[in-house]
Amino acid sequence: MTTPLLEMHGIVKSFPGVRALDGVDLDVRAGEVHCLLGQNGAGKSTLIKVLAGAHQPDAGRITWRGEPVSLSTPQAAMSLGIATIYQELDLVAGLTVADNIFLGREFSRLGLTRPAEGNRAATALLTRLGHPEIRPTAEVGSLPAAAQQMVSIARALSQDAKLIIMDEPSAVLDNEEVERLFAVMRDLTADDVAVVYISHRLEEIRQVGDRITVLKDGRTVATGLPARETPTREVITLMTGRDIEYVFPERRARPAQDEAPLLEVEGLGLRGSFADVTFTVRAGEVVGLAGLVGSGRSEILETVYGARRAGAGTVRVAGRRLRPGDVAAAVAAGVGLAPEERKSQALLLGESVYRNISISSLARFARGGFLSGGSEKAAAREQVAALDVRPADVDREVRTLSGGNQQKVVLARWLLRDCRVLLLDEPTRGVDVGARSEIYALIRDLADRGVAVVVVSSEIPEVLGLADRVLVIGDGRVLAAEPAGALDEHRVLDLVMEDAAAHGGAAHAPYEGDVA
Amino acid sequence: MSGSTTAAGVGASQEPAGTTAGRGSSRGPGFLAGPVGRNLGLVIALAVLCVVGAITAPDQFLDVDNVLTILRLASVIGVVSIGMTFVIIGGGIDLSVGALVALSSVWATTLATQQMAEDVHWIVMVFTALAVGAGAGLVNGVVIAYGKLVAFIATLAMLAAARGLAEIIANRRTQIVQDRDFLAFFSGDVLGVPTLVIIFALVALAGWVLLNRTTFGRRTFAVGGNAEAARLAGIRVQRHTMWLYVLSGLTCGIAAVMLMARTTTGSSTHGTLYELDAIAAVVIGGTLLIGGRGTIVGTVLGVLIFTTLGNVFTLNNLSSSAQAVARGVIIVVAVLLQMRLATGNFSLGRLGRGPGAPAATGAPAGTVSGGSVPGGPGGTPPGGAPERPQT
Ligand SMILES: Nc1ncnc2c1ncn2[C@@H]1O[C@H](COP(=O)(O)OP(=O)(O)OP(=O)(O)O)[C@@H](O)[C@H]1O
Ligand SMILES: [Mg+2]
Repeated sequence: MTTPLLEMHGIVKSFPGVRALDGVDLDVRAGEVHCLLGQNGAGKSTLIKVLAGAHQPDAGRITWRGEPVSLSTPQAAMSLGIATIYQELDLVAGLTVADNIFLGREFSRLGLTRPAEGNRAATALLTRLGHPEIRPTAEVGSLPAAAQQMVSIARALSQDAKLIIMDEPSAVLDNEEVERLFAVMRDLTADDVAVVYISHRLEEIRQVGDRITVLKDGRTVATGLPARETPTREVITLMTGRDIEYVFPERRARPAQDEAPLLEVEGLGLRGSFADVTFTVRAGEVVGLAGLVGSGRSEILETVYGARRAGAGTVRVAGRRLRPGDVAAAVAAGVGLAPEERKSQALLLGESVYRNISISSLARFARGGFLSGGSEKAAAREQVAALDVRPADVDREVRTLSGGNQQKVVLARWLLRDCRVLLLDEPTRGVDVGARSEIYALIRDLADRGVAVVVVSSEIPEVLGLADRVLVIGDGRVLAAEPAGALDEHRVLDLVMEDAAAHGGAAHAPYEGDVA
Repeated sequence: MSGSTTAAGVGASQEPAGTTAGRGSSRGPGFLAGPVGRNLGLVIALAVLCVVGAITAPDQFLDVDNVLTILRLASVIGVVSIGMTFVIIGGGIDLSVGALVALSSVWATTLATQQMAEDVHWIVMVFTALAVGAGAGLVNGVVIAYGKLVAFIATLAMLAAARGLAEIIANRRTQIVQDRDFLAFFSGDVLGVPTLVIIFALVALAGWVLLNRTTFGRRTFAVGGNAEAARLAGIRVQRHTMWLYVLSGLTCGIAAVMLMARTTTGSSTHGTLYELDAIAAVVIGGTLLIGGRGTIVGTVLGVLIFTTLGNVFTLNNLSSSAQAVARGVIIVVAVLLQMRLATGNFSLGRLGRGPGAPAATGAPAGTVSGGSVPGGPGGTPPGGAPERPQT
């Protein structure tokens, strides 16, 4: 057998209070897609940060093409030919797309930058990823999450690497974009580049993966499993140590048709984003919004919530009309929104888990303005246990949690709050299979208690499995509104694709600077 | 991997240098329209001041000599502000600039230095001032970047120490510059433009090129905007930070030389409160105090606004206290105008998105998605993804 491109042996890494990696082994061969699986907090991101030179291991050996190496800085890893797409979008918001792609490796001569070349090269890379409409001179901070992810991917591709590490790149992408990413990955592996791929979506692993390594609690529990042949059940059991049914909870008998709707949205429109959106949600009902990333689903939720001022239409909660663009009024009427971009829109990273969970329900824990820390923590602990946040320590700073666990904290905040209408934007993004089932059950449970729930998800099976009724959104319009049972994945995709084709790929319009 | 890209540097040598100019054309509005448009608030403020000056003191204000006086006064603090702009964009602050100007001026005018200058050339004095400024900046930089001391504290300590050292060296006496040639050179003019003003113009131009056209400048934005991302991109953040303070110290050295020429002295009281003037100029110039954003043109306008203000007040025989009040008002008004006019680039909403900023503390909402601020967070509406300020 030829020497592997990369071997890691007995890698150990501790943070104050946690041993994130406790003897991990990994070997990656040139030209393969090596998938790294594990529950939230298993240590995947920590491992790849060690590999990227961003963290220093406490113990362990790393060999590159048979030679022992020390990856003491990110530069050291890059100069070997290791490029990394980090889980958190690690971009500089104030710099342009091209500047971010070539940051640290700018096109320059004698220290003078050559922006025209950078812009050209950036456009070439983004075109290869299927996004020629992302302008290289646009400021990264102004782009939606999916476009930012594309910039991160372009960044990694630009490095001419021998090994590209991708930490959950698909979390913010839709099906079509994931397909394109896979095509790029196949090109790369054909050129003998190796890819380490992390994702919580097992279907993806089957589609692109060659071999699997499974991490659990900072240890390698299995390595070198064939990605296509290993049964899903076995993978899940390895990851969780339990036997989990990956199923959606039972739907309750549908609420009577004559029951008055709790949330009524009529003719809602936002200039340049979506138009004429009408739907209703009854108490106890879960309505799903399916569609491509950028189709306007998140904007619809944000407009219902009042975070964006509607240009047209009305939103009614229990028959009362909400003032457009007034979040406080929506909150007072019992509407809650768990936003899509958790890190920038929702989390207080430097604060503890329990404070992040209780922040939206403080009134419940206060008496005469004085907070009772005890009941606050107790309530947070309950949520942490229900969502399986790891480590289950409510005093930890949120910053030190793994990506998926941070997501769970935001979700916990909204589950704790007594909402009548709950708007959930990508509630399971980055969440592992085990916790997903728990989240589905919790959402269903809330609905059964009389909450009207609206869920946006890029994973069509999730929408179909969870919701009672589904609205298919394409390019800011409702393409179909049907009971979930009447739709299947292909039908939804067909609807979306037909619409995109009819509008000349207009599904990506929201990234463009001059459409309005 | 396909050949669609080349590593930076490899592809760099293939084309003639002329391409850099091509950038302006790809940016819609003309090259000049950009900076002016973005700094519209400042331009208006400056114009208003000039109009007030012209009305209240019609004979004196518009006089060529008066204009040159304004520019000459602006030069010294202007040079310091250029260095400060870099430090602040890079996410830091330098409170020691005034003290460094004093220390450099004193060190460069000691008997020993002046003796050496007499034996060799007055350039020795210039070098001494620059070396002292840069050296003290290096100390700041090392302490902050490698010692991990907060910039505010480290430079506050330097402020005290450098001014104290200047007093010790000068023994609290004002040191007269003896060298005629030195004074002749720096107090002269070229085609009617004072040398000091030319130096300021050159420093500002060099600063503009360094910030906008070099890898150093690009990385300064990255280090200030998101230090962790910069580190992961392979930028040596600590070393870069250190150089920013050296740069600031160097501009203090230059300013010291200019001040020595203007006052014909070196003194431990030179540059008093320059740190506040420089920071104020930089901030009203649109540079974010949290780092990651800022422009040289804005800083230059900021300096001009403050100096013109002082001049207008002096011409009208108003007290310096009234001037101080006006200064405060100007800072607030200029920054507000800047935020309104700069097409959302400096909107308040964006501030809330800085690293670690408690973005969600306000509403119980947990989501502050743009609200009614156009171009705020939560994604700019499809209408207008703003481009990076490029001045
Ligand atoms: N900077 C840090 N300080 C303290 N603890 C940390 C830090 N980074 C990670 N950890 C801890 O290390 C463990 C592993 O985290 P890691 O981010 O590697 O998980 P992961 O497998 O990537 O999970 P996810 O699927 O949620 O992204 C977690 O318990 C996490 O809380
Ligand atoms: Mg992770």
